[in-house]
Amino acid sequence: MKTVYRVVFVSKKSQNIILKAEQLSIGYKTKKAETVVASNINFELQQGQLIGLVGANGIGKSTLLRTLIKVQPALSGTILLDDKDLKSTSTTDLAKQLSIVLTEQLTSKNLSVYELVALGRHPYTNWIGNLTDKDISIINSSLKQVNIFDLKDKRCYELSDGQLQKVMIARALAQDTDVIVLDEPTTHLDMYHKAYILKLLQKLTKETGKTILFSSHEIDLAIQLCDTMIVMRKDDVVCGQPCQLISKGVFESLFPEDLILFDDKSGSFRIKK
Amino acid sequence: MKINYKYQFIALSVILLLCFFVNISLGSISIPMDSIFGSLFGTIENSTWEVIVTDFRLPKAITAILVGSGLGISGLLMQTLFRNPLAGPFVLGISSGASLGVALVILGSGLFGSLFATALISKWSIVIAASLGSFLVLLAVLAVSNKVRDTMAILIIGLMFGSITAAVVSVLSYFSSAEQLQQYIFWGFGSLSNLSWDELLIFFGIYLIGLILSIASIKGLNSLLLGDNYAKSLGLNLKQSRLIIILATSLIAGTITAFAGPIAFIGLAIPHLTRQIFKTSNHKVLLPAVFLYGAIVILICDSIAQIPGSDYTLPINAITALVGAPVVIWLLVRQRKMMF
Repeated sequence: MKTVYRVVFVSKKSQNIILKAEQLSIGYKTKKAETVVASNINFELQQGQLIGLVGANGIGKSTLLRTLIKVQPALSGTILLDDKDLKSTSTTDLAKQLSIVLTEQLTSKNLSVYELVALGRHPYTNWIGNLTDKDISIINSSLKQVNIFDLKDKRCYELSDGQLQKVMIARALAQDTDVIVLDEPTTHLDMYHKAYILKLLQKLTKETGKTILFSSHEIDLAIQLCDTMIVMRKDDVVCGQPCQLISKGVFESLFPEDLILFDDKSGSFRIKK
Repeated sequence: MKINYKYQFIALSVILLLCFFVNISLGSISIPMDSIFGSLFGTIENSTWEVIVTDFRLPKAITAILVGSGLGISGLLMQTLFRNPLAGPFVLGISSGASLGVALVILGSGLFGSLFATALISKWSIVIAASLGSFLVLLAVLAVSNKVRDTMAILIIGLMFGSITAAVVSVLSYFSSAEQLQQYIFWGFGSLSNLSWDELLIFFGIYLIGLILSIASIKGLNSLLLGDNYAKSLGLNLKQSRLIIILATSLIAGTITAFAGPIAFIGLAIPHLTRQIFKTSNHKVLLPAVFLYGAIVILICDSIAQIPGSDYTLPINAITALVGAPVVIWLLVRQRKMMF
């Protein structure tokens, strides 16, 4: 009798890792040339965390996010979403796993808040988009989670930037996905609303167990609120808890040092005197 | 909560029915109302009035409904697809393609020799030329749109095709006789009449295919309201839906142009007029509303074109713009806001 040995690799951690990048290289490809924006990106994101992506202008934050949400292909390397290769995930399946909030303007603002949030149910509705009772209750709870239930009959063109951002977050919630990716959700907002939106995202990760990844220039707010941060620098991409990153001195090298300096006691940048 | 437009829909349907009967009752020969109903429901037979009503006025009214609703719907599809309130059913170069086809037949017949000239210029040859022309331009646009990712680029390519065909038409008209030019210009006026029941059947068949494709696109159109990237993130197959929307528009607008000539204005204006009453961008509401609205407006325009009590019939193409454009301007000025 022969004994068959089977070697099974089990990684304990991979059970709650939702999004993983391995040797990822991002950029733009044309027929003639390949423009690499960033390469050698590796990170693992835990489920239920709030993750902030920071870096200087033009460093490739948006490119990385666009690659992660499959708007543009990766140059090389793999992205694993829930242990499945993003490349082989169909658009219809992806719509049930990952939702997005982008910086781009809405094509039409003539929709009511309710109608817009209801669009988030599209991956689940029938051919003409009829809402079932389940859809309606999910839409209502999404509206309540971001505190905009009383805005539901307003038209989108009547809303302020801050309100519209909340509506877009509610729409992403209604899509009922494990991961929500937001591209610079705090632009155009005042200081209070920047903090409000990021605090709201933190609350949502705690309440819903969803993983929320956002890019932002609000580094000090991100340090205070995020569970994990991805820092994009000129030469590398670092991922870790904010306090670890501070003690490693990652933020000092984020920007050119002629103007602003990182103060690791307060966790924020100061003008150089 | 969900806003219900039930009353608006009932009101519009009643108005449509009313306009339909008013349209049939008007014409160069005045026929009393009871005889019209008699002819419609077959209680009066073998009279001249019955022939006029069933073979001329009824097909014309039905053509009007198909033309008005079809142009309105294809305008709506194009405005959403191209995210542009100025888009209409003809932005893809459909009407210019049809014009080119017709121009080649009417104006170019001199080039084929006088022998063929009379054989070529029949009703059907114009219909076939117009369909063929718009179909070829459509194929070119579709081929390009499969390569080009950007929706705006398709819009500009459509306009370029329009410029090319307009140039060819000018060259052709430079070399043609006054008689041929007149005939071409008359086609350009648009006409809802002269369609036999057989022609109407073919017209309706193609229109129906386009309509079904449009209804199937409602969900995709709604997610396109967020923008291309959002639509994709909602699981929409962007390329495929874009293809279906363009195909639906081309089928509807192409056949309309083939059978009724290039009727301007309706396709652009009806969606805007509709949005003034149905204050939403939800296509599940807008599509049926645009259908009713388009049919009503063109029936009214056609009734005016008859000039009640006279023998003249004005070109429908002029009336639609003459009556419709001031209404749109007035509505937009009053609302001070373009809703899209």
